[in-house]
Amino acid sequence: MPGRFFSRVPGDAPASEARTIPLDKVIPMDASEPKVPLVEMRGIRKSFPGVTACDGVDLRLGRGEVLALLGENGAGKSTLMNVLAGLYRPDEGEIRIGGKPVEIRSPRDSAAHGVGMVHQNFMLVDTMTVAENVVLGMAGLPLVPDMAEVKRSVLELAEKYGLRVDPDAYVWQLSVGEQQRVEILKQLYRKAEILVLDEPTAVLTPQESEELNVVVQRMKAEGKSAVFITHKMEEVMTFSDRVMVLRKGKVVVEKVTSETSPRDLAKLMVGREVLFRVEKKSFEPGAVILELKDVRALDDRGLPALRDLSLKVRAGEILGIAGVAGNGQRELSEVITGLRPVSSGGISINCVETTNKTPLEIIRSGVSHIPQDRIAVGAVGDMSVASNLAMKGYRDAPISRGVLLLPRRILDLARRMIESFRIATPSPETRVKFLSGGNIQKTILAREIESCRSLLVAVYPSRGLDIGATEAVRKELVAQRDAGMAVLLVSEDIEELLSVADTVLVLYEGRAMGTFPSAEADPEELGLLMAGVERKETVS
Amino acid sequence: MSILFEKRKNISRTAQVLVPAASFVVSLILTGILLLAFGADPFATYRAMFRGAFGSGRAFTETLVKAIPLMLTGLGVALAFRLRFWNIGAEGQLTLAGVAATGVAIFWGRWMPSFLLLPTVILVGCLAGAAWAGIPALLRTRLKVDETLVTLMLNYVAILFSEYLYYGPWRDPKGYGFPGTEPFPEAAWMPRIAGRAHLGLVFALFLALALWFVLNRTRWGFELKILGASPQAARYQGISVERNIVLAILVSGALCGLAGVGEVTGISRRLQQGLSLGYGYTAIIVAWMGQLNPLAVPFVAVLMAALLVGGDQVQMMMGLPASMGILMQGMILFPLLAGSLFTEYRIKRTARHPAAGAAAEGAE
Repeated sequence: MPGRFFSRVPGDAPASEARTIPLDKVIPMDASEPKVPLVEMRGIRKSFPGVTACDGVDLRLGRGEVLALLGENGAGKSTLMNVLAGLYRPDEGEIRIGGKPVEIRSPRDSAAHGVGMVHQNFMLVDTMTVAENVVLGMAGLPLVPDMAEVKRSVLELAEKYGLRVDPDAYVWQLSVGEQQRVEILKQLYRKAEILVLDEPTAVLTPQESEELNVVVQRMKAEGKSAVFITHKMEEVMTFSDRVMVLRKGKVVVEKVTSETSPRDLAKLMVGREVLFRVEKKSFEPGAVILELKDVRALDDRGLPALRDLSLKVRAGEILGIAGVAGNGQRELSEVITGLRPVSSGGISINCVETTNKTPLEIIRSGVSHIPQDRIAVGAVGDMSVASNLAMKGYRDAPISRGVLLLPRRILDLARRMIESFRIATPSPETRVKFLSGGNIQKTILAREIESCRSLLVAVYPSRGLDIGATEAVRKELVAQRDAGMAVLLVSEDIEELLSVADTVLVLYEGRAMGTFPSAEADPEELGLLMAGVERKETVS
Repeated sequence: MSILFEKRKNISRTAQVLVPAASFVVSLILTGILLLAFGADPFATYRAMFRGAFGSGRAFTETLVKAIPLMLTGLGVALAFRLRFWNIGAEGQLTLAGVAATGVAIFWGRWMPSFLLLPTVILVGCLAGAAWAGIPALLRTRLKVDETLVTLMLNYVAILFSEYLYYGPWRDPKGYGFPGTEPFPEAAWMPRIAGRAHLGLVFALFLALALWFVLNRTRWGFELKILGASPQAARYQGISVERNIVLAILVSGALCGLAGVGEVTGISRRLQQGLSLGYGYTAIIVAWMGQLNPLAVPFVAVLMAALLVGGDQVQMMMGLPASMGILMQGMILFPLLAGSLFTEYRIKRTARHPAAGAAAEGAE
């Protein structure tokens, strides 16, 4: 079963490379204090209104060790690390660094103890250069920093760790992968000894993930340590020496990575057996629902994003769009849903021309859309779960009557949807921004699936979700297909595409590189096509 | 023991009422300190202000007279602010509507059947207010021009234009050189209910209810709510961002316009100097203090009007500057803005571990 890391196959015995260092064998830097871990967190407890995120967690990290923190969304991984990074103060518990108890009141304190955290949402200033971002906010910075010197050090560090990035480039010019390198450089420049990475690969292409692994291994060779927050098995296996599984704020198990397997870990993480395969009915495609003919469109910067793209999705079919992020996927979903103008070519839905129709007209023709940007586009964080669930249906009965909105019906509907899609929320009136990422996505999914009449466009629907939520999302997509909807699924996870989609189209620089029935698709070949390497023959 | 700020999951309704109330009290204290510095007794001053604003039937109706334009402009500003459209041009919209109403009252009043005159005056006045607000709305939605500056600058344009008219072409020839137009025909007078308080009060209260209803119980209100919270999300939901902003701001301008109509037809019954006493700016305080809730606006407007009227009384009775009332209005704004902390955050006392503000929200 191919995953994001082609080299690693879940279920196989993990490779027994010599990178595994059990904790008790970590060589202490200070010989007079044997077996003192570099970082020790004891009995960390932290609660938020309604949830206990960390419930007495102990964590130890040795020097030169990579620890993976594995757990579902809301298991308490990020909270625990935010405590270490000084963003949260724990309600209870103690932190020791190098054996001495320390009090971490702020990110600056934490940096002073050598802890550097790379957050999931990067904390960079778009309009400043890489070098400026690297020194921004550093303690003890002179009034006018010597930027030439900073640039030199940045380049030196970049060279040493293999973090290619131009120190003079503005952050807004950088890809997401490059921005992450800047974040890591920032921490290295600040002489971080303990690097905390919060779901670092969620935004990376498979190649970039491999590169990140190289960086981490080099840091390790230097005697630096890293904590890796993730919910992906493959990453745990490739990156870490030791793994700690968290569930509902508690440590479930702590193991040396080489002594465990992805399947074991998945079970421990979710608390039950996980289906890696999705059950679906046999493929019986119906009429063509969505058709694109030679569509061209521009991206936000006015550069060609889609180049003469043609495709068809039929009723009862899931068409998977494979490709490295940034090859026109977002633009594709936006031209279909009317959010981006088509510069030439045509789109029809249910045999009706919809080229450059308004988003409302396209919604009216039965199209649902799970957008790439959930927080800013898909959901409104400051509004309640119930309101978010009503955002498609509010135009029609039973939620509204004429121009009137019926608040009680909105609540009833919300309760039903929360129940059937298992959205974990304290109440329908809770503001969406307080839900976990997985539950925000479930909220969007619930709304879009409820309102779907013919076509569902899903863009990275399982990105950043834990196994349980991913499973739920995939099941829903397949259920839509089985119910006779056409589904366009954009994903960068080949495993997902091959297990969920009926047909796979590879998108590269806005062009279709080929279309295959997923049963016949070869992951290696898909990988090559995603990288823009032409094939010799067409399978379709 | 220490204090911890924790982000609230639901905006506290109690805090929404308590914060403006507490802000008012804080402003009383701060102004009190100033009064002491002036050598005045704060308690006596506040008593005088209260009596000046509510102490007699006449005092109360005078407070209402000033509350009417504050209610209407407050509603208009609150609506715009809900969309994060910073309409600080209520003053100009009020003034231009007053000008338009005057034009209709004077010139059309000569031939128009009298039962039609007042409705026409009101309608044209509101349309003028809407049009004046429509300019920045169009500039913002079509050309992305910042509305804050445009609305502010258009205030001066409207005010100077009105001055030009009553000093120049529209000046009453029988007015002994007094700057102002001729008086309106009686058919263009807004009926008075009590004292000088006119029918505009009924309009304002009705419109407050109507606006609340539209915002909370209609599809359009729901769309505006989404739009105010996230324009990107609104677009994705098939809601036209540009169209709805323009529509809502036209309504906002019309509400402010109605305030101007009320002033010229109900109070001065002509266009003259002093059409607005800065109502359009005080409206900003009214809107914020009412937490942008249309139902709260009338109450806050009465309070602000009481400060104005009470301030005048203080000047007459205690020889203190009348601007004391305006000063207090300003003093309310600071604690009010600071107080939004309490509607968004909950204060928690913890046994140990002093904690800074919650840097991020939620668990993971």
